[in-house]
Amino acid sequence: MTLQFGNPDRPNSYIGKTVPRPNAARLVEGRGKYVDDIVLPRMVHVAFVRSPFAHANINSIETADALSVKGVLRVLTGADLAEVCTPWVAVLAHLKGLKSPPEHPMAVDRACWVGEPVVAVVATSRAAAEDGAELVDVDYEQLPVVTDMMTALDKDTPVLHPEMGDNLAFQRINEEGDIEAAFAGAHRVVSAQFSTARHTGITLEPRSILVDWNPAEAQMTAYHATQAPHMMQTVLAKHLNLAESRVRVICGDVGGSYGIKVHVYPDEVATAAIAKIMGRPVKFIADRLESFTTDIHARDHKIEAKIAVDKDGKILGFDVDDWTAIGAYSVYPRTSAIEGNQVINLCGGPYDFADYRAKTTVVFQNKTPTCQYRAVGHPIAVAITEGLVDMAAAELGLDPIEIRRRNMYADDAYPVTSPAKMRFEGLSHHQSMDKLVELMDYDALRADQAEARKKGIYRGIGIAAFIELTNPSPFMYGIGGARISAQDGCTVRMDPDGSIVALSGVTEQGQGTEAMLSQIVAEGVGVRPNNVRVITGDTQVTPYGGGTWASRGAGIGGEAALRAGRALRESILEVAATMLQADQNNLDIRDGEVVDSDTGAARMPLEELGRIVYFRGDTLPEDLPRELVQTRHYITSEYPFAFTNGVQASYVEVDTDTGEVTLLKHWCVEDCGRIINPQLVDEQIRGGIVQGLGGALFEEIHYDEEGQLLNGSMADYLVPMAAEMPDMVIGHVETPTKESELGAKGAGEAGTAGAPAAVMNAINDALRPKGAQVSAMPFTPERILRALGEIED
Amino acid sequence: MSEMFRDKIVIDLTVNGEAVQARVPAGQHAVDFLRQELGLTGAHASCEHGVCGACTIRIDGEAVRGCLTLAAQLDGSDIWTVEGLSDTDAIRDLQQAFIARNALQCGFCTPGMLMAVEELLSKGGVPDRAVIREHLSGNYCRCTGYEAIVDAVESVARARADEVTS
Repeated sequence: MTLQFGNPDRPNSYIGKTVPRPNAARLVEGRGKYVDDIVLPRMVHVAFVRSPFAHANINSIETADALSVKGVLRVLTGADLAEVCTPWVAVLAHLKGLKSPPEHPMAVDRACWVGEPVVAVVATSRAAAEDGAELVDVDYEQLPVVTDMMTALDKDTPVLHPEMGDNLAFQRINEEGDIEAAFAGAHRVVSAQFSTARHTGITLEPRSILVDWNPAEAQMTAYHATQAPHMMQTVLAKHLNLAESRVRVICGDVGGSYGIKVHVYPDEVATAAIAKIMGRPVKFIADRLESFTTDIHARDHKIEAKIAVDKDGKILGFDVDDWTAIGAYSVYPRTSAIEGNQVINLCGGPYDFADYRAKTTVVFQNKTPTCQYRAVGHPIAVAITEGLVDMAAAELGLDPIEIRRRNMYADDAYPVTSPAKMRFEGLSHHQSMDKLVELMDYDALRADQAEARKKGIYRGIGIAAFIELTNPSPFMYGIGGARISAQDGCTVRMDPDGSIVALSGVTEQGQGTEAMLSQIVAEGVGVRPNNVRVITGDTQVTPYGGGTWASRGAGIGGEAALRAGRALRESILEVAATMLQADQNNLDIRDGEVVDSDTGAARMPLEELGRIVYFRGDTLPEDLPRELVQTRHYITSEYPFAFTNGVQASYVEVDTDTGEVTLLKHWCVEDCGRIINPQLVDEQIRGGIVQGLGGALFEEIHYDEEGQLLNGSMADYLVPMAAEMPDMVIGHVETPTKESELGAKGAGEAGTAGAPAAVMNAINDALRPKGAQVSAMPFTPERILRALGEIED
Repeated sequence: MSEMFRDKIVIDLTVNGEAVQARVPAGQHAVDFLRQELGLTGAHASCEHGVCGACTIRIDGEAVRGCLTLAAQLDGSDIWTVEGLSDTDAIRDLQQAFIARNALQCGFCTPGMLMAVEELLSKGGVPDRAVIREHLSGNYCRCTGYEAIVDAVESVARARADEVTS
């Protein structure tokens, strides 16, 4: 039996409805349980002494004064931890040539960025640990630093890791067709330089971990704010020499993740190592400065790119030269080459053209490591692509909507493989664009823009079409050797009273995973969503899975939940058919009751079935299966990724005297396939858009030439606040993936992917009459005034 | 740290309607005192210097940063946290509106956000969206993009205003 998604009146029709999140009620009452809310007996706290220099040898460490502080129990160095914890090397075999040196949980002989952990001070309180940390005396010998991306490979630049030979971490060219010929024969070639600023995720809950080691049971329990508990289980087991079955990672409430909490952080592994050394619970909660200097950074790219078009505005080719600097180490285990690799896979994504060349150059430098942050690489690729398309449209005198319509893949073109060798199963660029034009009332907006301009007010409209990579298969990490599961599982169980418990390997960070799973399981089994208790984030009880990243929760975890729920339904009905002496095919489960599928007449509540199976199994035939627990796993296999598509629009006003940008309104039409919970999808997109807007207008980590981070506080590093953000109109087209019965693709990153490009194009649309153009994010008042020629020094 | 900061101070206060007496380190922040000594973990420490608002609590009727206030300053004060406002149903309508509108995702900012919202709504009337946005600009949310929060606040302001006039 297949689900009749087209029929909204079907029984148990919870997929596609807005139902409230089961975990929201306790969060609004302050009853959440984040890692820092957990207190264990004999728990101690660790504070880290971190390198104040971007590059320095560690000659000696003096710890006696720290140990004299009341409450300080232990002071450990990198060498101490190296005895119990093996180093890691963050490379992936399929990213050919990617290199990175071994990294320890704490620096052993040499520190390579400001903030790298050097010494751990363990005390009975965090305050005492910090007091102790201040008294640790480290004798550093400063070394030459590599901080500039574009000169990192120059002959006279020092090599950061001499054993690596040079500062090149990774380089790849993605090429198709004859790019030189395409550009030589083009009607117009438009080129531009783009840059996206190094920024970070700013989770309001800082990175947090509490690790307990029980030597008597040889059992490690880590309470961890993470997106990938099973990955962490595997990592802790491997590097601390434990069996995976002896490592339990529990991920309760997580106060924001956005990709920041899917990585292996040296200080978190150090915390686990210290717990193992001390045999008691150790808690580490990053403070805000530590968040800025040690949470992964992202998006530090500089790009030269050009587009070739014919006289009708048909795109002939893209040629992209992308550079990024990833800090001192590739981040374990996902690596820091993925972002650049995504950029060269995603440029030109929505468009049907033939010739393509994109090269990424990934270099080491003495800064905080960069890695995957929400919408990895997409905001960069979309800014390059959509920036160039708009510039080409302006050159040709074409409307930005029109040039896109002339180039986007036709909605009936699928399946298709792009010049970047991305395989698209089914996208809806034209339908999405039509819907966007309608939602924003494009013509009226152009009229408003023209009216405003008469009054000397500079408003602009920016469009950004995009593709988004979701539902990753093992092609993302597994084939490169990383022990990161692309498969996910769900166990669904009926308890004696007929209530349902679902245990899933995907995790909840606020996006609504548990609500989404409750709806799917409810529909799959035939009960109400509030009768499904969803358990996530505990490696000891949930099936092994990948967790939450690359927009996989609904598409992968959701399909596993659907299959498990339907398997349980079949098991229940098999028992019910015997008990009722009915044909199983004529029975259904609706609202927690076994019914006649034709008439809907009630036959037996699940509670009664549960009573018989669990307590009076003797009354059932001996050979009757009665497995009221079912587990199913799901992995995609036909496509490496399920691409989604969408298009965003931004309407802005630029004050040409002050350089300030006011966001008037924002629109997004997105196609994430089957929508399970419309409200949750809309709010994922809105939240994602605002993170993209932050990157477009405010967010930039500043370093000086010595590699000192200059703006490590929330007062100095700006993120979007309520007052500056616009209202956002969200629309949908639904093209379900045919790979799964559920048909869901991911939705959590699309907002972030397209928003910066939409804003850039809107600003440039506003500035075009003035002959000004910006392409270096964030678009600060200073940068806009420089583009306008108002500031020249 | 000097010995002065290790000195402990005795404070008498009311927290969520219950009398509390405590001996606190002079350097302890109010949010740490509430979380660590009283187990009131609803208020969260995030930026730790008064920017993000996740630690917002109510002190003598005003929404105040728990990370910029010392526990020692609470002597004689009447403190309310999200736990107390929940137990007394004082902001039940607001909490229901946040749930219905999905005006929270990870929930880390939410207790502080509710404190700031309630301060605005307690002034009465129906503030327009720009006023709501301005008032909430001291409370960061990294998940929602704020629109759902503004919607929820607006709906509660309207409902409360209707109740007053009807």
